[in-house]
Amino acid sequence: MKLLKDYLKVKEHQVTPESVFWKRREFIRQFALSSVVLASGSSLAFTEKTTSKYAGLELKNELSSEYVVTHHNNFYEFSTDKERPAELAKNFNPGSDWSVNIGGEVELAGKFGLEDLLKWTSQEERIYRLRCVEAWSMVVPWRGFSLKSLIDKVKPTSKAKYVAFKTLHDPNVFPGQKRGTFGMHTLPWPYEEGLTIDEATNPLTFMATGVYGKDLPGQNGAPLRLVVPWKYGFKSIKSIVSIEFTEEQPVSTWNERASSEYGFYANVNPKVDHPRWSQATERRITDETLFGVKRIPTQMFNGYGDLVAPIYKGLNLKKYF
Amino acid sequence: MYKIIKVISHILAITPLVWLTYAAFNALLGGDPQEKLLHELGLWGLIFLLLSLSITPLQRSMRKVPWMKFRRMLGLYAAFYATLHLIAYLLFYLQFNFSELINEIIKRPYITIGMLGFLSLLPLVFTSTRTAQRKLGKSWKKLHRLAYFAAASGLIHFIWQSKSDLNEPLKYISWGIILLAIRVYFYLKHKRTLSISNNN
Repeated sequence: MKLLKDYLKVKEHQVTPESVFWKRREFIRQFALSSVVLASGSSLAFTEKTTSKYAGLELKNELSSEYVVTHHNNFYEFSTDKERPAELAKNFNPGSDWSVNIGGEVELAGKFGLEDLLKWTSQEERIYRLRCVEAWSMVVPWRGFSLKSLIDKVKPTSKAKYVAFKTLHDPNVFPGQKRGTFGMHTLPWPYEEGLTIDEATNPLTFMATGVYGKDLPGQNGAPLRLVVPWKYGFKSIKSIVSIEFTEEQPVSTWNERASSEYGFYANVNPKVDHPRWSQATERRITDETLFGVKRIPTQMFNGYGDLVAPIYKGLNLKKYF
Repeated sequence: MYKIIKVISHILAITPLVWLTYAAFNALLGGDPQEKLLHELGLWGLIFLLLSLSITPLQRSMRKVPWMKFRRMLGLYAAFYATLHLIAYLLFYLQFNFSELINEIIKRPYITIGMLGFLSLLPLVFTSTRTAQRKLGKSWKKLHRLAYFAAASGLIHFIWQSKSDLNEPLKYISWGIILLAIRVYFYLKHKRTLSISNNN
């Protein structure tokens, strides 16, 4: 019934496979250009070498369409439905007014505007695989900065073993944070996530401010979100308002909700199934057509093992899933 | 008049399918049309099953309306949508790999219960004709109580695969519980009348 109601409204966005194709070409062209500009000296941090290593250009022909990237979102702050966030986030356009609290075991603590964070770091573009714990996946072109570059700037103390993140908690902005029909919250708010300091300072760990060459739309976690490509998507917390350096392991919302199903580490691992479904394969969403989804094997650490496996040396990944 | 209502009912009952088919081929089902299709077909199967179970209490409270004439049709549409739901699962999720289906049925309790619910609908479909009803006599009614098992399985299947938001499945579970409560109420009332008449 909900469905009919949704369909009676004519969708303004109907992308044919062909235009998806051309959009993708356009993006690749822009991407290549910006990489060249960055590499040619506008930013010293972004050398040709780092481009080839982390930019993920080898994934450029596998990009998921802009439509699916921005219209298939697990963002429970808006809705548990995956299409609804795009619609409900229309009036959520945070930008320079956004600020982030940086605190805990860190030298440079305080409330900083998004602008400050952007001034301290250099923007780059990266194409990453995104693997959801629900066994679907995409390939997404992000724009942002490496979390390590921010951490280097704020200088955590020797006591900082973990980094804890929080999403904005404001039911006026996020209707999904209100109680549902039966008085229940879909998740305990605010959404919280955490990484070990080694994970947080890994060069792959990314803070995204944009996607598909544009600022992040609300449904993708505007204006600032984490992207940890070797972990299940729920670790990549959206619309971040707080970054805290801690000695103790921080709360991970899904782990708190169902610890037998969602671990703190949540590394993509085809050998450790979710109790209710297999993680051996994934449904790769390429575009919004009926057959735009194909089933492929899931890779250990989502294919980023060469860069992150050393972090977990000696750790039992079945126990610490 | 009755014929017209029947035709309208059929049109209404296939409307979700017509919409879903149209939407699926016009990229209107969001980012993951296969999953959306799967979920919607399953949900409509459950809705029709609960509708078919709502007929008896409706008939009891409104005796003049021939509600009973719609029960078989609703039940068959429930089986129809449940079958499409299963086909969508086989096609999009398992690519008709039946050994994997058996694997999933054994390993995943929510698939097991969903499959049991589906299988329990089959004898009801095959005995839905008037001839079968006549031949089975009293046992037809007993057999068709399986519809309650199918509905319960469908509801458990629905809530079990939900990740965190229970508000949506709880709407349908409340519907199922109300239907069951009405049935239990009439059963107890019936039993009491029987025991009173026995004592006399």
